[in-house]
Amino acid sequence: MGETLAEAFALIGALDREVVAIAGLSLQVSLAAVALAGLIGLPLGALVAVARFPGRGAAIAVLNALMGLPPVVVGLVIYLLLSRSGPLGALGLLFTPGAMILAQAVLVTPVVAALTRQVVEDADRELGETLRSLRLSLPQRVRVLLFDARFSLVVAGLAAFGRAVSEVGAVLVVGGNIAGHTRTMTTAISLETQKGDLPLALALGIVLIALVLAVNAAASALRAYSMRAYG
Amino acid sequence: MSADARTAGPRAEPAANPALPLVLDGLTVRAGGRAVIDGLSLTVASPGITALIGPNGAGKSLTLRLIDGLLRPDSGTVRFGDRTARQVRRALVFQRPGLVRAGVAQNVALALMPLGLPRRAVAERVEAALQRVGLRDRARDAARKLSGGEQQRLSLARALATEPDLLLLDEPTASLDPAATEAVERIVADAAAAGTKVVLVSHNLGQVARLATDVAVLARGRVVEQGSARSILAAPQSGEARAYIGGEWPWTALTP
Repeated sequence: MGETLAEAFALIGALDREVVAIAGLSLQVSLAAVALAGLIGLPLGALVAVARFPGRGAAIAVLNALMGLPPVVVGLVIYLLLSRSGPLGALGLLFTPGAMILAQAVLVTPVVAALTRQVVEDADRELGETLRSLRLSLPQRVRVLLFDARFSLVVAGLAAFGRAVSEVGAVLVVGGNIAGHTRTMTTAISLETQKGDLPLALALGIVLIALVLAVNAAASALRAYSMRAYG
Repeated sequence: MSADARTAGPRAEPAANPALPLVLDGLTVRAGGRAVIDGLSLTVASPGITALIGPNGAGKSLTLRLIDGLLRPDSGTVRFGDRTARQVRRALVFQRPGLVRAGVAQNVALALMPLGLPRRAVAERVEAALQRVGLRDRARDAARKLSGGEQQRLSLARALATEPDLLLLDEPTASLDPAATEAVERIVADAAAAGTKVVLVSHNLGQVARLATDVAVLARGRVVEQGSARSILAAPQSGEARAYIGGEWPWTALTP
């Protein structure tokens, strides 16, 4: 165990090119997935928070439940859609980073939407009456409330990023864990552990945790700074 | 009060306010099997400032929201002269300023969003509104960083930026200190003098005496008494008004 750990740190210290490339891909795929999820999840969550429509309670329950989507199942569905004979087969995305981004985006969009719904609903409780008295339209109110809640929404992004970067199932199924092409931190850790290269697996694990910490620290620092500026 | 205003004739009257006469007719709002607004009727014909007073739960805030259109009555109507609600610009200011986590100027610009004005016109109107409340040099500051009194003045600037015919104020100074209260009162009085019709809900009877020309006393979702501010504050007729004003006097005597 001690020897493995020492070797792992040696690998990190040497900035092993393979480790760096794998970490880079993981970061790229998961950040792109979170960005895509934000594009859909932020307005969707805010709309559910502000609008009143029949079946709203059920919609919220479904949205919250979808946060627990099993990654492997999402991977399987995206696999079927992207496979040569599937409806999106012509795109030729299967076993590319694009497919991995798509799968992770599907996985974390409910996370962004559900947390946004909660955060924006709280903001609406505080500002909703004012905004309606200013005769802002529903889309305008959604925009203003998203802007007002932007510091709290950082947490939704972080939760989504955490889920995306740490999952194995979806990226493994649609990416295929191809060395130098679709191999991410999590799929590599899984593979190296099975192959018995424990130092490399551990090195990757340490880098993954460090990455998650770094992203969270950066986001929290940004949030604290802007909150101090805007109250 | 409507009779007084009519017999006062044309002298010294500012341009007719398109929101007047404001007529509330048989308004009813039911909540939890109970009429919280119970066939409320009220006619306000005079310009200037009209105060709605009465105990907690009388329906004052709901009445303001009904006038604004924020709340729809279960029955009854709100009419503005011969205009429809759409033709009358209304603005509502709450006890809590309701500011967005953004700059001071951005908060005022919010009120102009529905008007779809060009960028320069928005900037000019924002500056003019901030000037009216004495916050022009704070335009770039963060709204939530202002003091409580400044935040409420900003809320007033936002309301005035649309140049409303009707300004509805729901206890605008209830959480402010005396100096901030005076600043808000001056802004409201200026707006009324410039021709905006103001309807004020306040528990501060000193404030009502300072600002209002006429008063309606509400109790249990109805108007129980209406008249000039002077006569109602000095000699309330109805039991409800006597109890409310009598109970309030020692309290307001503490404020100058």
